[in-house]
Amino acid sequence: MNETPISRGFKPKRSQGNSDPRIPPGQHLTTDFPILSAGPTPNIKVADWKLALQLGGRLLGTWTWDEFEALPQTTIKVDIHCVTTWSKLDTSWRGVTFDDLFKAVGLSQPPEPYVMAHCDGGYTTNVPVADLMSGKSMIATRFEGLPIAPAHGGPARLLVPHLYFWKSGKWVRRLRFMPGDERGFWEARGYHNYGDPWKEQRYDGD
Amino acid sequence: MVIDDSKQNRHIEWQFAKVREIVIETTRVKTLLLEPVRPFHHLPGQHVDVRLTAEGGYHAQRSYSIASAPEDDLLALTVERVADGEVSPYLVDELRPGDKLELRGPIGGHFVWDAGALDPLYLIAGGAGVTPLMAMLRHRKKVSRPVPAMLLYSARSCPELIFRIELDAMAREDTALQVAYTLTRQQPDGWHGHCGRIDKKRLASIGFPPSRAPAIYICGPTGFVETVSSSLVELGYDSARIKTERFGPSG
Repeated sequence: MNETPISRGFKPKRSQGNSDPRIPPGQHLTTDFPILSAGPTPNIKVADWKLALQLGGRLLGTWTWDEFEALPQTTIKVDIHCVTTWSKLDTSWRGVTFDDLFKAVGLSQPPEPYVMAHCDGGYTTNVPVADLMSGKSMIATRFEGLPIAPAHGGPARLLVPHLYFWKSGKWVRRLRFMPGDERGFWEARGYHNYGDPWKEQRYDGD
Repeated sequence: MVIDDSKQNRHIEWQFAKVREIVIETTRVKTLLLEPVRPFHHLPGQHVDVRLTAEGGYHAQRSYSIASAPEDDLLALTVERVADGEVSPYLVDELRPGDKLELRGPIGGHFVWDAGALDPLYLIAGGAGVTPLMAMLRHRKKVSRPVPAMLLYSARSCPELIFRIELDAMAREDTALQVAYTLTRQQPDGWHGHCGRIDKKRLASIGFPPSRAPAIYICGPTGFVETVSSSLVELGYDSARIKTERFGPSG
């Protein structure tokens, strides 16, 4: 674009601006926790909850709620970034890292390079396995020390904090290893396939 | 689901739109009528991202639903001023006809209505959440495809109902369309509409029954959407046919 893009008369509110080096470009700080979902919030009882890990047609492992709670638990404090431009700093989550989850089924290294997360309500999202490993990501069951509220993805959700938050699928029930990349729900509907907030990968082609 | 691979990896470019006209809808809501340099076709329910740039290069961007039908000449964004917001107060209070606004779109492939669908269209709006639903009703009118439709629209008070004159006219001219308002805080004298929040009881008494398998679109503030969508599921509506769009306090 040749012309100057300054918006006449626009004065930023510095309190919301991205002068903080922890806030990616185009994002603004929120202290709230906005909710975004494509459909109704499912009502999931932990007694009925199960998580499955799948490779091809084979189940590598399944966990009931109690079995999942018995896995090593990790607490991490991270910043999260939603594609709708809010960022939230220093959020605390507890759950099971993918390293520990894969270890629990005897995998010393991931068998395929991609994972599709399948969630209640039909939502899916695809993540490269490399982005799940080394303690970067987890399946979280607690937010700020409390069970995750249903509207925020409880009882269990993905947490992939270094990617836009739609990758952190709510109500996760099944993880499927994939030999090749496939697009999940939003990724097939115009959103970026990878979603790095520091590169502003919001939509396809960004 | 069919994925059109030709559309993958097509970068949605930023572009300028000229502000042609600004319509005052309520004390907190205005409609911006825009003429993009490169016009585009959208699906009713989609949104655009708007980006403001300050001296020094600071950017702020937010998403706004498109209120116009794809067939309309100008692109309409109906924007509510969010107290404490950064972008919406500029759009509502500062922007003038003749200004340029940077935007890109259309965006979003889920909360959209296909006018070829035969199922009844059941729209439920809270406040400014009526915007993308208005695009659907305007499109439905333009394509003269009167699948039965209903809009259930909740606002705080009568003066805060957006598009009321147009909606009333649409409903008068079209027997297949029903528009029902509900006012949560203040009702004028002689108000014949419903009072109070849209809750399970209200939803059980109005709208297309679950047996007619309506396509349901709910848009509004988070709490509104949570209440309405979970009530509908409890009443037996198929959750796979309920699409939601929540207006968070993103300013």
